[in-house]
Amino acid sequence: MFNYCVDPASLEGLTWLSCYLTTGKHMGLYWSFLTVLALLAITAPTALLFGFAGATAARSHVGPLRWIGKIYISVVRGVPDIAFFLFFVIALDQGFEWIRHQILCPDWPDPIRQGNDFIVCQQAKLPLSTSPQWVHEVYGFFVAALTFAIVFGAFAANVLYGAMRAVPKAQLETAEAFGMSRAQSFRRILVPQMWLYALPGLSNLWMILIKATPLLFLLGVEDIVYWARELGGTKQARFTEYPHGDWRAIYFFGLLVFYLCFTRVSEIVLEKVNRRLLKGQATIGGAP
Amino acid sequence: MKKLIATTAVLAISASAAFAQDVVRMGTEGAYAPWNFINDAGEVDGFERELGDELCARAELNCEWVTNEWDSIIPNLVSGNYDTIIAGMSVTAERDEVIDFTQPYTPPDPSNYLAMSMDVDVENAVIAAQAATIQAGFIAEQGWNLVEFATPEETVAAVRNGEADAVLADFAYLKPFTDDGSMVLLERAEMIGGGVGMGVRESDGELRAKFDAAIQSMKDDGTLNALITKWEVASTW
Repeated sequence: MFNYCVDPASLEGLTWLSCYLTTGKHMGLYWSFLTVLALLAITAPTALLFGFAGATAARSHVGPLRWIGKIYISVVRGVPDIAFFLFFVIALDQGFEWIRHQILCPDWPDPIRQGNDFIVCQQAKLPLSTSPQWVHEVYGFFVAALTFAIVFGAFAANVLYGAMRAVPKAQLETAEAFGMSRAQSFRRILVPQMWLYALPGLSNLWMILIKATPLLFLLGVEDIVYWARELGGTKQARFTEYPHGDWRAIYFFGLLVFYLCFTRVSEIVLEKVNRRLLKGQATIGGAP
Repeated sequence: MKKLIATTAVLAISASAAFAQDVVRMGTEGAYAPWNFINDAGEVDGFERELGDELCARAELNCEWVTNEWDSIIPNLVSGNYDTIIAGMSVTAERDEVIDFTQPYTPPDPSNYLAMSMDVDVENAVIAAQAATIQAGFIAEQGWNLVEFATPEETVAAVRNGEADAVLADFAYLKPFTDDGSMVLLERAEMIGGGVGMGVRESDGELRAKFDAAIQSMKDDGTLNALITKWEVASTW
């Protein structure tokens, strides 16, 4: 990175540290922070969307829709995260490839399952095996984001389902008396008010989501925990210009500080949102 | 003239398509120096990087490197996330049931014990090994006390902090830890495993044949032995 970094063995103190912290490997670590933040930025709204759809479906008057909503909520919430991440992602990926295979190579003579192997035609591979490495990484990232959204969406659905039922019935009856249709009262009365009841549950989910990001590595995305472990591991002088002992504790302490700061900032923001939602509500918290 | 240009364009496209079809994704662990590790620049490096690049050049394949956790390295090969495993993986009968191996590129070598002092009696001690390795399998088979870890780094750390008395692994991986004199290799060694080969899917016979031929050509002209000596990973052929 810097010009003076040519021979790190001759450097000391801060100069050495400045070289050490700017190696290509450390850039990987810094990028992975952005990866984690991007994952949260994409997953949180998507999960909320899934949750909203799930909750709306679960309280629908149409039977099949209600069953889908309820099954989604109970099945996904009941499966351990780690099992879900190990099994579901491979299944999801293979499902995509299977669909593409059926469309793109209808004349394929060989079976897709050959013993342990899962083989689709070259054109159906996702991403194509000819695509550059970054496409594979972006694809992996989106499969990960989708999996996170499905898992956390189920929890969010349950929270929103409860919140919708917590809105006082009198409010909806009043809306009806004003001549609003079911859809109108849902949109104008129920949804705006349910957030107040949903917020404590949703803020819990957000905190858990932040802490669940290290599961990313299970999905083949190089996240901050992967890099902390890799960078902190013992480095022999033969294989690096920056040999050092087992520094994992230092790196993991850094992660601890990062996560604590991040959750603290989230707490402050969520508290502000909560206060805003409470304004004018006939609850203890909402009293002036 | 127009036709000529068009034909050239078609030829160029089909040629590049044929070339691009041959991308082979090489899966490795990236945490087992000197076999494979991540260098300062953040790239895969080590004996297997150099070997793999040379094999790909000889087989005229276009190779890309990917890292994957050791634990799930076989499932991800089988489901097609990459096309080969080149990660210091010894050829064993159990693995051979699930995937296929090329001919070995290093001869079978004994595994060694690394400990804090020479007076460890391995049969009554706690031995650390990386999970799903031939070494872990060996200790379990003997019925000795085994603690398993996901990464090689953790196995050595377990010995340093006293959780285990010794770690069983490849000589090449353990040797550098003795350089500063804080740890020692026990005299006892275990002859396990059948040499290290590249793993490919069972349905990928063509790819296996290409790599087999490339490995054979490197054995024949002595470049493989030179590479083994350079990285000090194993005994030579």
